[in-house]
Amino acid sequence: MSSTSLPGTTESDPVALPLGELHEMVSGGVHSTPKKYGGKYTVTLIPGDGIGQETSSAVKTIFKAATVPVEWEQFDVSGYTTADDNTFKQSLESLRRNKVGLKGILYTPVSKLGHTSFNVIMRKDLDMYASISLVKNIPGHTARHNGVDFAIIRENTEGEYSGLEHQSYPGVVESLKIVTRAKTERIARFAFDFAIKNNRKKVTIIHKANIMCVWTGVPDILTLSHRYHRKLGDGLFLRTCRAIHEEYKHSGLEVNDMIVDNASMQMVSRPQQFDVLVMPNLYGTIMSNVGAALVGGPGIIPGCNIGREFAMFEPVSRCGGGGVGEAGGEGCRHVGKDIQGQNMANPTALILSSVMMLRHLNLDDYANRISNAVYKTVQLGRVISLTSSPSPFQHRTRDLGGNSTTTDFTLGVIANL
Amino acid sequence: MVMLDEGWWHAKPTLWCLISSLLNLDLQSYPGVVESLKIVTRAKTERIARFAFDFAIKNNRKKVTIIHKANIMKLGDGLFLRTCRAIHEEYKHSGLEVNDMIVDNASMQMVSRPQQFDVLVMPNLYGTIMSNVGAALVGGPGIIPGCNIGREFAMFEPGCRHVGKDIQGQNMANPTALILSSVMMLRHLNLDDYANRISNAVYKTVQLGRHRTRDLGGNSTTTDFTLGVIANL
Repeated sequence: MSSTSLPGTTESDPVALPLGELHEMVSGGVHSTPKKYGGKYTVTLIPGDGIGQETSSAVKTIFKAATVPVEWEQFDVSGYTTADDNTFKQSLESLRRNKVGLKGILYTPVSKLGHTSFNVIMRKDLDMYASISLVKNIPGHTARHNGVDFAIIRENTEGEYSGLEHQSYPGVVESLKIVTRAKTERIARFAFDFAIKNNRKKVTIIHKANIMCVWTGVPDILTLSHRYHRKLGDGLFLRTCRAIHEEYKHSGLEVNDMIVDNASMQMVSRPQQFDVLVMPNLYGTIMSNVGAALVGGPGIIPGCNIGREFAMFEPVSRCGGGGVGEAGGEGCRHVGKDIQGQNMANPTALILSSVMMLRHLNLDDYANRISNAVYKTVQLGRVISLTSSPSPFQHRTRDLGGNSTTTDFTLGVIANL
Repeated sequence: MVMLDEGWWHAKPTLWCLISSLLNLDLQSYPGVVESLKIVTRAKTERIARFAFDFAIKNNRKKVTIIHKANIMKLGDGLFLRTCRAIHEEYKHSGLEVNDMIVDNASMQMVSRPQQFDVLVMPNLYGTIMSNVGAALVGGPGIIPGCNIGREFAMFEPGCRHVGKDIQGQNMANPTALILSSVMMLRHLNLDDYANRISNAVYKTVQLGRHRTRDLGGNSTTTDFTLGVIANL
């Protein structure tokens, strides 16, 4: 399932999507893309925790070398601080102003005494209701599967992330998972619009409507009808998506649905069958991590969170990049805490996310140059280095099988611009 | 790698829902808004944690990994995580290593480096997803055995609950998952000799390669595979 390239993009570029136009469609025609001031766009930059500083400096360096007309407003927010952190608030204000942001991943404490995830607050506050993860093989890097090319559209603001929990009785906790028709409708429309705009052929709805139904626990004596076969929850998600598909019947898009456990297995055994997937919040995080691992790890998958007014670009796996192959420990490892400060992280995910951002800003030329340079660097693996001696996997970071440093990789990309 | 799951998703009937059911009214609290409840209780978490640790010890496993999403569901999965860790205190003497991992990181690790896992314990929903991912890693739902076990009863069934409607009646299915589940059952019944004979026969059949079903890359029928296993008993 490969996406046909749009004019001005290259065949192998997975980030060829006209988010600017999509934005317009999504916001009902109101043009809310960022304004240019003095010929330059201002973008909020939040490097994040772990390897965030290293990877974002890679992006800044590359942008400077390519003379991209973007100015950064950087905020060094950290998830290790408290919830009412001033920097965090300022970064939100900046985002509201600039409408576009690029960020790494912020750590979220596991303890209930800790604050709610900053990542989640950002998405909800700014109503960036759709999350796109582009899972595609990097040319030249052999992964577990080849010919993988799909996009995961994930609902970002409700579902299991409602944050509504309470202890109804000591030792008994109830967490609410909310599914609403309104939010499901808009994510379904987003998914179908995305598929059409990007010449995708098939949309798969991921759900668990066989289990998330009401009344399986109600004693039969209370209901004389067959009400317990009524499926709510994920049933609402599935039915709503199907109903929205009716509006898109003319488009020729193929639509099917799959239960999440079957889907996760299919994704590992035969990921080539997927094209666009749309799903609620929790399944989205798990599936995009599975997808990322399929093509080479969290270090290379770009993504974005987008809503009516704002767009935030960040690497996919909700826990950032680097650290592939490390055993888990306390908290989330993808902030890459284990390789922080060692100049080892793979900045590809953040660079490709910034490329997506450039397309969103209609700076397609710069986007193409940078993404071509990145692919060339990974593919060739052989560029004259200023520091170390040539090797077959030169300029590939450790997660791609090489031993290049972050800075060397960045220099390699710049050399290939 | 073994997975154990607990907890359940269900929608708790509120009084309004009970009334509305009797009167055949709509079950939603507000049109177009559905709330599903995920319940986590200390009692049930304690017993699944104990089960996991006992299982690990009995089967000479070294490490138990707790899978959760307590950074987002702080109370619910937080309770799960804390309770598992508290139970681990009782097993400190056993020398078992215990760590925890957030479910999205775990699903990625499972695809990139599954060899790091030994025993995983997790709530219900993550369990179904992770066992499917795990199954696909080693060859699909046709070969993974599993069992559901409680204080009094034990039910053995293939680890991935796939009906296989599309290949029904075509004599194409891979019976390995159910055969290995029945082997687990034999061990449960202390019929170890029979269990060993049958499982060795199955492995030999697959290894020799003459009778592999379609999901393992061959084109043998179910009945041929069965005859092959019998020949290798």
